[in-house]
Amino acid sequence: MTTFGMRPPALEQEVTRELLPHDAVVDLRSERADSGTDGVLSALDADLVGLAPVKTRIREIAALLLVDRVRARFGVETGRPNLHMCFTGGPGTGKTTVATRMAELLHRLGHVRKGHLVAVTRDDLVGQYVGHTAPKTREVLKRAMGGVLFIDEAYSLYRAENERDYGVEAIEILLQVMENEREDLVVILAGYRDRMDAFFSSNPGMGSRIAHHIAFPDYSTAELEEIGRLMLVSEGYTLSPEAEVAFREYIGLRREQPRFANARSVRNAIERARLRHAGRLVEGSAHVGLAELTTLLPSDFRASRVFQGGAT
Amino acid sequence: MRITQGAFSYLPDLTDAEITLQIAYALDNGWPCSIEYTDDPHPRNSYWEMWGLPMFDLKDPAGVLLELNECRKTFPSHYIRLNAYDARYGRQTTAMQFLVQRPAKEPGFRLTREETADRQVRYTLHAYAADRPEGERY
Repeated sequence: MTTFGMRPPALEQEVTRELLPHDAVVDLRSERADSGTDGVLSALDADLVGLAPVKTRIREIAALLLVDRVRARFGVETGRPNLHMCFTGGPGTGKTTVATRMAELLHRLGHVRKGHLVAVTRDDLVGQYVGHTAPKTREVLKRAMGGVLFIDEAYSLYRAENERDYGVEAIEILLQVMENEREDLVVILAGYRDRMDAFFSSNPGMGSRIAHHIAFPDYSTAELEEIGRLMLVSEGYTLSPEAEVAFREYIGLRREQPRFANARSVRNAIERARLRHAGRLVEGSAHVGLAELTTLLPSDFRASRVFQGGAT
Repeated sequence: MRITQGAFSYLPDLTDAEITLQIAYALDNGWPCSIEYTDDPHPRNSYWEMWGLPMFDLKDPAGVLLELNECRKTFPSHYIRLNAYDARYGRQTTAMQFLVQRPAKEPGFRLTREETADRQVRYTLHAYAADRPEGERY
């Protein structure tokens, strides 16, 4: 229940620091600790396996924003950096996960005010009839203000085969807002490499307004194994030593098969192993302990069709 | 004659920074905002024209301010007000309403006396601006 007082609650007092003299020295390390970005960055390192180029770029952006803040304390004026980004990479390489982290990170660094992530696709931006697109796109943009707008499969906004497609209208509004409301909104586009390249070549204005093109590499087998292990730990499962071998073999085989979606395929494999594990326990002995309930055996993986040369 | 309607209308006109703070207060309470405009500010004219739909699910005042500036650009000399709705009671109730733009020149109202039976007098208000057609009033 809101109480209506005589006056609104005291606003967060903006700490107006005096400008530092020219010969002052600032301890960057303590500045960094104050901003709380280390927590986000180390969580990023711990939770996300691999993705070295992505992590490097995120660290650079964090450093830039931090240095900009310190520069402002000396009275050096810098324009706000252009932080619109484009994530390209195969399916299941962690684009959405990183975008969520990015929103939090930018919020900690004071670049965006609220730090929420609005994830949309073509359907949310493009209307179905004349005059429907602009209000729809604007509404999404308004919702995302103060945070990060994440457009998944952004290449689908532009359909070259249909010149009357309303997607172009959405792109135009997007461009305008990306340029004018830069301090209120960060836009992250995501999509598969080749299609995003085609998208940018047909929309050169979009490509040039995005400063950061970050490529998400496919995971190696060892990294996928590590990801799988993290998923199992978070769901309270362990692998028996033989099951680890089976799991490694499974990933090696699955990689070679069509429709491989990196971490997403690993997650699906684990889901199915859990099904088989549960089925095995219910069929088998009536008495189970904690060890049986949490340990996956090689048979849970070996029963997969991947080992017989089929996909899934 | 300076028209006083809604909250804050006895204060000097709010600046954009102050409007932003008020919107932030509304959004923090979970009240969606909407923008309305009119050139007929009669006290009994409750239903102003809507500038788009009420803005739901906004987190940051920048979005509301964007629409407000858009509305000001289209109607530079209309009255514009901002509403904040509170849906907590299961119906849309106006929790806050204040003017965010007024025309430079406000001619005010004329008091009309109408004499009826038995020397009774009826009073009514008539805006001078309303003599001109809609869209050309201010």
